[in-house]
Amino acid sequence: MRQADSVWVHWFAVLTAFATFVLIIAGALVVGHDAGLSVPDWPLSYGSLMPPMEGGIFYEHGHRMIAALVGALTIALAIWLWQRDARRWVRILGVIAVVAVITQAVLGGITVLYLLPVPVRIFHASLAQLFFCITLGLALFTSRAWAADSAADDRGFPGLRLLSCAATCAVFIQLILGAALRHGALGLMPHIAWAAAVAVLVIWMGYVALARLPRSETHLRWFSGSAIFLVILQLGLGYGSYYTRLVTRDASQPDQAMIHVTTTHVAVGAALLGASLLTTLLAFRRLRHRSEVVSFNRGAQKTAA
Amino acid sequence: MRSTCRFFVPALLALSLMGCGSKPPAEETSSTAPAAAPAAAPVDPATAAEITGTVSFEGQAPSRVRIRMDAVPACTEASKEPVFSEEVVVNDNKTLRDVFVYVKDGLGNRTFPVPATSAVLDQKGCWYRPHVLGLMTGQKLNVKNSDPTNHNVHPIPTQNREWNESQPPQAADLAKDFARPEVMIPVKCNVHPWMKAYIGVVPHPFFAVTDEQGSFSLQGLPPGDYTIEAWQEKYGTQEQKITVGPKESKAITFTYKG
Repeated sequence: MRQADSVWVHWFAVLTAFATFVLIIAGALVVGHDAGLSVPDWPLSYGSLMPPMEGGIFYEHGHRMIAALVGALTIALAIWLWQRDARRWVRILGVIAVVAVITQAVLGGITVLYLLPVPVRIFHASLAQLFFCITLGLALFTSRAWAADSAADDRGFPGLRLLSCAATCAVFIQLILGAALRHGALGLMPHIAWAAAVAVLVIWMGYVALARLPRSETHLRWFSGSAIFLVILQLGLGYGSYYTRLVTRDASQPDQAMIHVTTTHVAVGAALLGASLLTTLLAFRRLRHRSEVVSFNRGAQKTAA
Repeated sequence: MRSTCRFFVPALLALSLMGCGSKPPAEETSSTAPAAAPAAAPVDPATAAEITGTVSFEGQAPSRVRIRMDAVPACTEASKEPVFSEEVVVNDNKTLRDVFVYVKDGLGNRTFPVPATSAVLDQKGCWYRPHVLGLMTGQKLNVKNSDPTNHNVHPIPTQNREWNESQPPQAADLAKDFARPEVMIPVKCNVHPWMKAYIGVVPHPFFAVTDEQGSFSLQGLPPGDYTIEAWQEKYGTQEQKITVGPKESKAITFTYKG
């Protein structure tokens, strides 16, 4: 890929990831406003492409419109990567993104047509986060940060690679538990209990990155530091979501404060997953594992001998 | 990658099937011809009894929450006066409105003809009118849209088939029925999430909804021993047992405490 192309495809991938983040927020607003079934038909809305945008229709059809935009961006990105990126695995990841976004659209349709079946809603919410991870990955893989040579060693135990991987998996599981809670499949306790594990892993990951990595590892330090901030914010938002839901449980209509807090909780959850994922991917890309350093040194000694 | 696919594809299919299979079994709807009703055991008018009564309320009446329709101009224009939640409506005489009262038990295997007249649920001023209504199984329900805005009509039964249909302004009435008894079926509009109604579906005509005086009347009952149940949206259900003889009229009172 030429340098100019590389820059543009990277920013296009960033745009796709950002649009996906907005889509996740739009989805959370649909749930918050209890508007999931305000448009009973699919793929059209009230038999048209543009129904009157009022009440719950604004949120549900708005969600569909943003989803259509994300779908178009994803297909365009995949075609661009297929034509211009030399790395086969990146091209395949672009195709996987297209398959994921189409699957997500079909799940959205099933959700509407089958009147919100809970397992499908949870799967829809979880695949949204997974798709966000794919778009973030594509943005990273097309960036200069990914192309730069590796620098630092992954010293100490556990290493940042292991910790960040564990933290990312923990955050993803927590998002599934959150979706299960929000859609009534699970109670509150699994989500609260797992939040403790997530907080420990993410803060540990951030501490290790900030304490052990040199200042030259700007991206890694920034993403992991952001993850610490986000997980603390997320704990507060989690309490806020619980409290606002509790005090408004008998309300005649969805409470605006509850909608804002719970939607922000979903958005920060996605941002936390993104920060953890980017830390993980960069850690595996840029840090050399201790065993690799040892074997390299042994190899060097043999060569010298 | 291959192992991922081995997990992912069956998981997707399984989840989809679980979701699709979670609904009650399909049943006859208004679009199909109803089955012939079994012969009704006649009630002798000469011996028919009556149960009347009131639903009273004790304690401090909860303040009624004002519904905010500001986000939808069509609704604020259609409802000029402030609209308040009808979850608990305490009448001036300390009785409750919109309580569904019906014969829960005591009719045995008697069957009753389905009324030829339809019950009506209107959407007017972005509000369901009435808030609570009763139907016999198989009786037609006409859902009207008298508003200049779109609604979706979404009953959420547990014993009947769930459905969700859009109804634009000036659209034809939706004609529906419910095949199985169910007390109560919540109905909601997701476009305007404050819109809620409740439908009681019973296999006989002995049901009523309390009025502005908190009173009800169950007329034309065959003499016998009955269990009468009252359902209120916030406070739940209460039961009373009562025996009525030929041509007898008895009164009962249900009391809910706030």
